[in-house]
Amino acid sequence: MEISDFPVSYQAYGELNEDKSNAILVCHALTGDQFLAEPHPLTGKEGWWENMVGPGKAIDTGRYFVICVNILGGCMGTIGPRDINPETGTPWGLDFPVITIADMVRCQALVIDHLGIEKLFSVIGGSMGGMQALEWASMYPDRLWTAIPIASAALHTAQNIAFHEVGRQAIMADPDWCGGDYLNQGKKPVKGLAVARMAAHITYLSDQALHRKFGRRLQERDTLAYGFDADFQVESYLRHQGITFVDRFDANSYLYITRAMDYFDLAAKHGGELANAFKDSKVRFCVISFTGDWLYTTEGNRRIVHALNSVAANVSFAEIESDQGHDAFLLDEPDFERVLKGFLDGAEEIRAAETGQD
Amino acid sequence: MVPDRKAIRVDLQLISDMIEPHARVLDVGCGDGALLDYLVHFRHVDGRGIELSTEGVKTSISAGLSVIQGDADTDLKDYPDDVFDYVVLSQTLQTMVQPKVVLEHLLRISKHAIVSFPNFAHWRARLSLGLLGRMPVSKTLPYEWFETPNIHFCTIKDFVELCRQLDIIIESQKILDTNGSVRSFTSTLFSANLLGEQAVFLLRKKKS
Repeated sequence: MEISDFPVSYQAYGELNEDKSNAILVCHALTGDQFLAEPHPLTGKEGWWENMVGPGKAIDTGRYFVICVNILGGCMGTIGPRDINPETGTPWGLDFPVITIADMVRCQALVIDHLGIEKLFSVIGGSMGGMQALEWASMYPDRLWTAIPIASAALHTAQNIAFHEVGRQAIMADPDWCGGDYLNQGKKPVKGLAVARMAAHITYLSDQALHRKFGRRLQERDTLAYGFDADFQVESYLRHQGITFVDRFDANSYLYITRAMDYFDLAAKHGGELANAFKDSKVRFCVISFTGDWLYTTEGNRRIVHALNSVAANVSFAEIESDQGHDAFLLDEPDFERVLKGFLDGAEEIRAAETGQD
Repeated sequence: MVPDRKAIRVDLQLISDMIEPHARVLDVGCGDGALLDYLVHFRHVDGRGIELSTEGVKTSISAGLSVIQGDADTDLKDYPDDVFDYVVLSQTLQTMVQPKVVLEHLLRISKHAIVSFPNFAHWRARLSLGLLGRMPVSKTLPYEWFETPNIHFCTIKDFVELCRQLDIIIESQKILDTNGSVRSFTSTLFSANLLGEQAVFLLRKKKS
């Protein structure tokens, strides 16, 4: 199935230089969006990567033109299942075509074409954003100098798929989901989507991080209530995560995007050999993982590195020590910032030497 | 930070002098990237590194070097044949779990291998072990036996013998004496093995 002539939303920070050589594409994760370095228009909270992207920061908008595109299937302006299907005049719902990570990348490439950028200096992304960075390097090796997949994976494991399935089942079990037709019926599966978010959120944190944040501390009470209210702080926290999520995210979008991630298996697309995805690639890679990430583990990231080594690609790899879990890439991690910035600086120096520009 | 580029250690300088400009080089156990940085900037090589320590990897990548966090014992097998011109194993062979396997991999993935190691048969080590009955501790072997990362000590003679077994050709060989002065290997193997505190070998695989 093909869709054409559809809206795509993106945000950009910094100035595109004259020869359009300073552009960096940042790819957002499952529940992220294009507002990475400014307050979010719906929640008012600071951008999801404001600690990393900005003037003088690791991804310096004083030097780079940083673009972030709301992914295909998303719900912050780019076409997704809640938008109107021109053929019926009603929201797409489950008639929206199933999408893949590669579709998201093709959609981003349209934006890069539109901006007249031939070659990106870097494609950077954490988690699902890292999958897009890998897919970029595989699909358009001549259109990027560097790729930085962070806390990511070259495929979704059975465990990854399993967690996503729990979330999807929670949404679909909500009577207000209405078989996917809730928008036409004036309803919203808030309970199901909130539970999906709660389950997913646990996978983003490590045991240590949860323990440090909450332990077994009680929520606004001195003794156990022996009931099913949120006795523990961790329960209250998760409920809050769930409830606030439904205000900014569409349930069907969540189904489509998690499905795209489950279908992701870069090796399968290349004859079962991940290395084939990067054969003869001139792209410089920097793979980064975190010790406390049990969702997209160092082991999985190392497999990407091994595949790149086996085709003699140019790759750097660092495992950052952090006990914050998968979400570490969104948090203040000085070593991570140092590695990312150092890699970009080094790559720029090498590009200048190769292309003979300053 | 990477130390001053103009001042690398004598043994690293020795290694650098063995490498042709613009070559493809892999530095196995590259530490903080000092040699790699020097090679990239002064000999314009296409340089890569492998390093086990987190701190070394962070420092190297932050300095713009292409370095992966990994272990030579397990990660060399992923590289295809003949992909490098030189692979450097500097002061690392003796820390490998399987030095023989590592050596074979080095000459599978690269045309040349440059291997340096502390010589366990240096006269001081012999003195320490033979006369004092103690494991040697010196500038090149700075660890007590209970905390040393060095698990497979060898002597220059041992190494030459292993090369013979593996059909490896020794293209050139240098030793460093106690004062850090470079000596050619022109004298007998016996005296090199006695006087060399460190040895640096340039190797290549015999064509089969």
